[in-house]
Amino acid sequence: MYIELQHINKTFGDLKASDDVSFGIEKGKLIGLLGPSGSGKTTILRMLAGLEKQDSGDILIDGRNVNGLSPDRRGIGFVFQSYALFPYLTVFDNIAYGLRIQKKDKAFIKSRVAELLELVGLPGLEKRYPDQLSGGQRQRIALARALAPSPELLLLDEPFAAIDAKVRKELRTWLRETIDKIGITSIFVTHDQDEAIEVADEIVITNNGKVEQVGSPAEIYLNPRTPFVARFIGQSDVIEHYSKLKGFEHVKGKHNAVIRPEFVEIHKFTDNEHHDFESSMEDAVVTGVFFRGNGYEVRADIDGIGVTGRLPLGDARIYKGDRVKVLIKQLYTFDASSTEMITNKALDRTDLYYI
Amino acid sequence: MADKTKKDGVAAKILRSGVISWIIVLAVWGLGSLNYDEYFLPSPKETLDSMVVLIQNGTLFADIAASAGRVVRGWLLAVVAGVPLGLLVGSFRHVRWLVEPILSFFRFVPAIALTTLFLMWFGVGDESKIALIIYAAFFPIFVNTIAGVASTDSSLIEAASCMGAKKLRVFFTVMVPSAVSNIFTGVRLGLSSSIICIIAAEMLVGSDGLGYLINSSKLYYKTGWAFAGIVSLAVLGFIADRLLLLIGRKTLRHFGVK
Repeated sequence: MYIELQHINKTFGDLKASDDVSFGIEKGKLIGLLGPSGSGKTTILRMLAGLEKQDSGDILIDGRNVNGLSPDRRGIGFVFQSYALFPYLTVFDNIAYGLRIQKKDKAFIKSRVAELLELVGLPGLEKRYPDQLSGGQRQRIALARALAPSPELLLLDEPFAAIDAKVRKELRTWLRETIDKIGITSIFVTHDQDEAIEVADEIVITNNGKVEQVGSPAEIYLNPRTPFVARFIGQSDVIEHYSKLKGFEHVKGKHNAVIRPEFVEIHKFTDNEHHDFESSMEDAVVTGVFFRGNGYEVRADIDGIGVTGRLPLGDARIYKGDRVKVLIKQLYTFDASSTEMITNKALDRTDLYYI
Repeated sequence: MADKTKKDGVAAKILRSGVISWIIVLAVWGLGSLNYDEYFLPSPKETLDSMVVLIQNGTLFADIAASAGRVVRGWLLAVVAGVPLGLLVGSFRHVRWLVEPILSFFRFVPAIALTTLFLMWFGVGDESKIALIIYAAFFPIFVNTIAGVASTDSSLIEAASCMGAKKLRVFFTVMVPSAVSNIFTGVRLGLSSSIICIIAAEMLVGSDGLGYLINSSKLYYKTGWAFAGIVSLAVLGFIADRLLLLIGRKTLRHFGVK
């Protein structure tokens, strides 16, 4: 592994920010550190940079133990949520900052800055000051500045959190493409699962200072290994008494279950319509219908169990109070430490894969 | 300015320019002076006449030059001492803790309270007056510089060190530039303290300067001279401050001077 964290512990006062954190990262990968706020993801990033020192444990970069190295000797690029551009320096001088420390000559600095401005899609802005740029432009310049000294590792702390939703989406895609172009190993922190799933090769999910799961976005989505991940990823309803549902039996020791909208089919049949699995469907009452732009989100109540499903725009409208049929295709049951996916018995014989 | 977005009418513009305020002040002053003789409360016209006389015999400009010269010398020395010391103290937490209690003690000792002591120590010449100005101007400059360094945005320092900057470079390329706006505020405050303090010093002892002019007018029963001195002082202070602000805004805009 190119980057390795081994049994890292860190406390701030009585807050355990890192609790025996261990994971490794392959060279060239883009990693998303995902977790709710206060879960310890930023602390991990800051310890990697040397901006924070762990209480115990080892950090290895390219086989070299960097525990004792201050940030200026770690060869990392860091992008801050607040951009942290020097307001009193022009864009050129901001990007040139690290190059001047490396004592590069003037001609090199000039061409390197131009090259980086080209890379971040803002050529010709050399003479501007940070306060003459938009938030998105500032973050691009901050990335150019972090990349200028050719670091081995790029760390980004919630880089787009302070940027408007629309620009944020563009920047995500752009960041992915830019990092692919240079092939630098990168780690970014986010609390936004869409961002992590869309951008990262691999996601590290943190909660209460612990690493819950490490895996590709698809793996984490399809096989959440801990109850926390099952609830945190995707849109999830947590229910009790899942064995009351048709086609599901109680799994020993697992008293709760997570149902995602994609596991739920909602039908409103007219008198002469029928469905293959009608006998496996539950009677439910619609408790709410919410327009979501590309479709509707429907909340339904099955004898006290609340579930959420989605309907595409073109389908027959369903209204609050309607009686509907609901097919639960699968769910995740969980106990304190593990999860298990179970599929509706009626569907089990077919090899359908619903995601 | 929040109300800048609304388009001001002509009346509002005139009101904001301050012209009306001054007309009211002059009117009240002029009307008030009708009830008293020139020796007690000279009118605006009599004040202007006194100024013309003082300009013609050369006293006014000589006094302004004397006061301004002392202010500039003392204030510049305070800048030269206060800024580097403030930068140093501000960047070391422990030194700051050492210095802060002393600062909070001397904050309540105005320069004027030290006049007598300084006369004994530095004599009746310019030295004691300049020493007083240094004392008066030093504190706002020193304190604001410390605050400026200490309040440097920590993410800027972290960004610099991630790019390989060692402590000394971080100090000169991040902490000092970040403190410029606070330093400038301190330097401006220091200038007004200097002007306030020089008048007091010149009133106590001396043979020239605006303070001397204002104080000595009582000896000759020339109340108009005192008024002329006070008006000159206000104009001088106002111009000096505006000039400094203008230069600051022009040259230090990117350091956050507004």
